[in-house]
Amino acid sequence: MRVAENLNAALHGLLDDDPTAYMIGEDILDPYGGAFKVTKGLSTRFPGRVIGTPISEGALTGVAAGLALTGNTAVAEIMFGDFVALAFDQLCNFASKSVSMYGRRLPLRMVVRCPTGGGRGYGPTHSQSLQKHFVGMPGLSLYEMSPFHDNRAVLGAMLERGEPCVFFEDKVLYTRQMDQVDPLFTVRREGGLAVVDLRGPDARPDCVIIAPGGMAHRALAAMRSLLVEQEISGRLLVPSRLYPLDADALLPFLGEVVLVAEESTAGGTWGSEVAHLLHARLWGRLRGPVRLVHSRASVIPTAAHLENEVLVGESTIHHAVREALRG
Amino acid sequence: MTETLDRLRLSRLGDDDLELLLQVRHFELKLLELYGRGELNGTTHTCLGQEYVPVALRPLLGPDDHVFSNHRGHGHYLSTFRDPHGLLAEIMGREGAVCGGVGGSQHIHRDRYMSTGVQGESLPVAAGVALHLKRTEPGTLACVYIGDGTWGEGAVYEALNLAALWELPLLVVVENNGIAQSTPTAAQMAGSVGGRAAAFGIRHHLVVSADVNEIRAALAPLVAEVRQARPLVVEFVTHRLGPHSKGDDIRPAGAVQAARDNDWYGRYAHDHPDQFHRLDGPVRAEIQAIADEVAARPPSRWEGTCA
Repeated sequence: MRVAENLNAALHGLLDDDPTAYMIGEDILDPYGGAFKVTKGLSTRFPGRVIGTPISEGALTGVAAGLALTGNTAVAEIMFGDFVALAFDQLCNFASKSVSMYGRRLPLRMVVRCPTGGGRGYGPTHSQSLQKHFVGMPGLSLYEMSPFHDNRAVLGAMLERGEPCVFFEDKVLYTRQMDQVDPLFTVRREGGLAVVDLRGPDARPDCVIIAPGGMAHRALAAMRSLLVEQEISGRLLVPSRLYPLDADALLPFLGEVVLVAEESTAGGTWGSEVAHLLHARLWGRLRGPVRLVHSRASVIPTAAHLENEVLVGESTIHHAVREALRG
Repeated sequence: MTETLDRLRLSRLGDDDLELLLQVRHFELKLLELYGRGELNGTTHTCLGQEYVPVALRPLLGPDDHVFSNHRGHGHYLSTFRDPHGLLAEIMGREGAVCGGVGGSQHIHRDRYMSTGVQGESLPVAAGVALHLKRTEPGTLACVYIGDGTWGEGAVYEALNLAALWELPLLVVVENNGIAQSTPTAAQMAGSVGGRAAAFGIRHHLVVSADVNEIRAALAPLVAEVRQARPLVVEFVTHRLGPHSKGDDIRPAGAVQAARDNDWYGRYAHDHPDQFHRLDGPVRAEIQAIADEVAARPPSRWEGTCA
């Protein structure tokens, strides 16, 4: 099953299971079914609880917060994650604050879905990975879609937190298959963490790569080429929740060489937050500082050859691992 | 704006209404005094001169209605709950604070009342609440208090569009006091509130009177229609008697004098001296006693941060 179909089924399941659940967003109604078709069939099956809005990201996020405030479950779709900038006030100053600024916990069951990332030639304002701008906001949790995490379970986990969550969905995942890895690898789940190892007898991997869901297939491609070309073994860790990150859950799977790979452009990245958390726990045991792999400090160009130069790809990760192992 | 206010005699209010008006007035005056003495942390925004707006609306709103207030919300809160102890404790960070002292003057949540500190952001939220009410509790409404300055925010227009499009039971109360912090309305708003409401096909009702009975009589049928999912913008032409927050009033003396001339407090004292003087002193004394009692309480405790 493709990731977009899994997500679509998850949304169907949520609206089916929870009679207070709403889906709200731009162009999400049938027959269009959303710019990436993730909401297809929802408005036909759940008329009245699937609400198409004008082009008003701030308002639709506020409406979702209002629905959550009155005890409903609200899922909002931002057509391109870049546009969540227009909802920043609602998320930063209203929804996340409301959870605790009134002196006692005010639970809000609310998810803002953000199709994210580049690699599809949509250009500078439709290709960004804005996760880093939301890291460290009390009362706001960040999750990322992954081919190794069933979206119905992830939706459930987000809503159970009782605080607004932003769900980043790397657009390139939509057309990929769930749980598909090269036969070289084997995937297992440890709570919210997916652990991908080389098949075969247990051995300490030469390096561990931590990456959010959207980066997983590129990290796995790099691990494959490192193994085949350099006999370097790697392990991939894919956390479902990016923030707050359960760093302790990563510890049993880490070794002396750790990298964090993400698509964000350079500067103030999620990876630097992860590195800090790990340094505080592992400093004496690491061969060197956690190495950060991210896209260049640049806008994301439209033309494919230029976009490839800017964004993290398999080869970026491959080279970063080799440098890390050289010390 | 001054000249648009008539100087007709204010009609006589029930003691209950007058007591509430006076409670809000003396509460706000007490706050400025406490700030002046350095006994409060942070800042506050008083509604001096505007007290009659929520008092007029009070019987038109019910316990099932949601009220969204703003930075200048003490009168809204007191009119809803008549709880000066809890509000003052919140502002002073004392035991018994409505929100544990976390929210302070401009971030209060109790039952279906909520205030927020960022201009305009509550309107889309109120639209979401109104959508819920329309579907699950027809006959109830969401009321949002905003100011003339709030109309500079795009969120207002996104929400008005939704309110009209989805026929939401949304009541927008605009307290147009002629000044946004230090900027006169004429320097920050092109056109008018009425014109902007009309652009969305939303009814607009202008209130120039400060007569609580008269305002209520005019608004009652309009608010009843809001309950039938017909949004409404009610604009009060009012006057901010005090500074924006504390000691930051740069208005020319004439503008402040005009606000004073239009102040319901002096007018009502003039029009109904016996009733006024019978109640004013005791309410003032009551607020003084509340302030003394609350100030003596131990600090508020924050029961929990977020997970």
